[in-house]
Amino acid sequence: MSEGDTEQARAVVERVYRTESRRVLASLIRLLGDFDRAEEALHDAFAAALQQWPTSGVPANPRTWLVSAGRFKAIDAARRSARFDASQGAIADGLELRHAAQPELDDESLDDDWLRLIFTCCHPALSPDARIALTLREVCDLTTEQVARAFLSTPPTIAQRIVRAKVKIRDAGIPYTIPTRADMPERLDAVLLVIYLVFNEGYAATSGDAVVRTELTREAIRLGRLLLELLPEEGEVAALLALMLLHDSRRATRATASGEIALLAEQDGSLWDHGEIAEGARLVEHAMRTGRIGSYAVQAAIAALHAEARSAEATDWAQIAGLYDVLLRIEPTPIVELNRAVAVAMRDGAAAGLTLVDRILERGELASYHLAHAARADLLARIGKRAEALASYEQARALATLEPERRFLDGRMATLRETNEGR
Amino acid sequence: MKYLCLIYENEQNWATMSKEEGDAIMGEYFAFTDTYRKSKQVLAGDALQPISTATTVRVRNGKISTTDGPFAETREQLGGYYLVDARDLNEAIQIAAKIPAARTGSIEVRPIVEFPERDGG
Repeated sequence: MSEGDTEQARAVVERVYRTESRRVLASLIRLLGDFDRAEEALHDAFAAALQQWPTSGVPANPRTWLVSAGRFKAIDAARRSARFDASQGAIADGLELRHAAQPELDDESLDDDWLRLIFTCCHPALSPDARIALTLREVCDLTTEQVARAFLSTPPTIAQRIVRAKVKIRDAGIPYTIPTRADMPERLDAVLLVIYLVFNEGYAATSGDAVVRTELTREAIRLGRLLLELLPEEGEVAALLALMLLHDSRRATRATASGEIALLAEQDGSLWDHGEIAEGARLVEHAMRTGRIGSYAVQAAIAALHAEARSAEATDWAQIAGLYDVLLRIEPTPIVELNRAVAVAMRDGAAAGLTLVDRILERGELASYHLAHAARADLLARIGKRAEALASYEQARALATLEPERRFLDGRMATLRETNEGR
Repeated sequence: MKYLCLIYENEQNWATMSKEEGDAIMGEYFAFTDTYRKSKQVLAGDALQPISTATTVRVRNGKISTTDGPFAETREQLGGYYLVDARDLNEAIQIAAKIPAARTGSIEVRPIVEFPERDGG
């Protein structure tokens, strides 16, 4: 075999690794019954591919080839160590028995393995932090270093979190299965939460460098697409993907060139990603037709109305306020109430919104939430109560922790003082 | 796998209940126990006397120290347990969710360690 062939085979193996390695891993975990043994087998399988594909050619179905190569490598490895450690002999016997009991590998059973891996990594018996770390590592193939950078943590902390999660999966008997119909709503919510938290960490810009954040939003959207492909009938999956695409469509305009916050009303809508908006809007409609309309569907519908409006004035605030009514019934939280109050202010006037915001603040739950005070300040300014507006901005400024947000609030106050002097 | 389902709830719930309410809940417990004993998924189960009867024992430097009360004072108290045999955690969760106290208190589901058999043990 010539050097060129080897090079070419290596390139093919690398490409297959990028597209298939996580699916192969998912199947090996089922067949071998253990995450760590499966990871070892995965590496052995790809090493075998590098050795054999240049001479024997690339198999017709690389995925099944790799899965069965990995399985045999694992049995071999257990047999070899049985010479030093008798308990490994029992493991090898067990693996061979499992092997004999397995039906033929086909694409459908391998897709099911993909779902098994996702649902196991996102099991609600694991803490959300553990679910996120495990999902990014096992399902997305991010390194522990990448996960640590994204969540402002250290690689040893993340590695330990992943090890603990795997130990809990094994010792608590978390099964490697797709949830039953009865379990599906709770279990799916746990998966969607992980995807949404990953997206938000990338999108909300609370920490970490820009490159890592883009990587997280991309992974979250990729996971959303994958899950929708596997569970096309689940409306909340389509809705979450829609919500992420609609937010992501404004990535380019969320901050000014100098890194300052740009409000929705101040953004240049022509710079939004209209491909993502169209896809998001289509998915919202699909989600609305599925019957189980959940929180993501309503949030996505609101995001779609914002994205489709060319300006704040052209926005359908009546419909947005109505959707917030629905969302408040599904998710009765003060944050949703605050957002609803802002929409009501756009529909019925600033005074109506102000009454609602004051009522929320009086209850005290959002007293230390800077955006509640900023919203109040904005409404006060709109009805001409400048002194009170400034006082509320001051409160918001004192509570804000991020530099760009503080600068943004400073800017608001400066504008307000100027208009005041101008009168 | 075997799991111990620890039943935590506020003891005061029972004190403030009418006799009818109490009987109704006891009826639910009997029904739960019957169903799952028949399916061989409940291996054992007991209710505990209230924490006012609890004693905590420690041995430090070879000396026994005995104190009144439970190890930790919390809003919810350990009030009973079921030992269940389930295929996996998902099944154990399904069974735990059927324990009446799951609606008012909480059920902690703990896998039981299975040690390899010891010779002559």
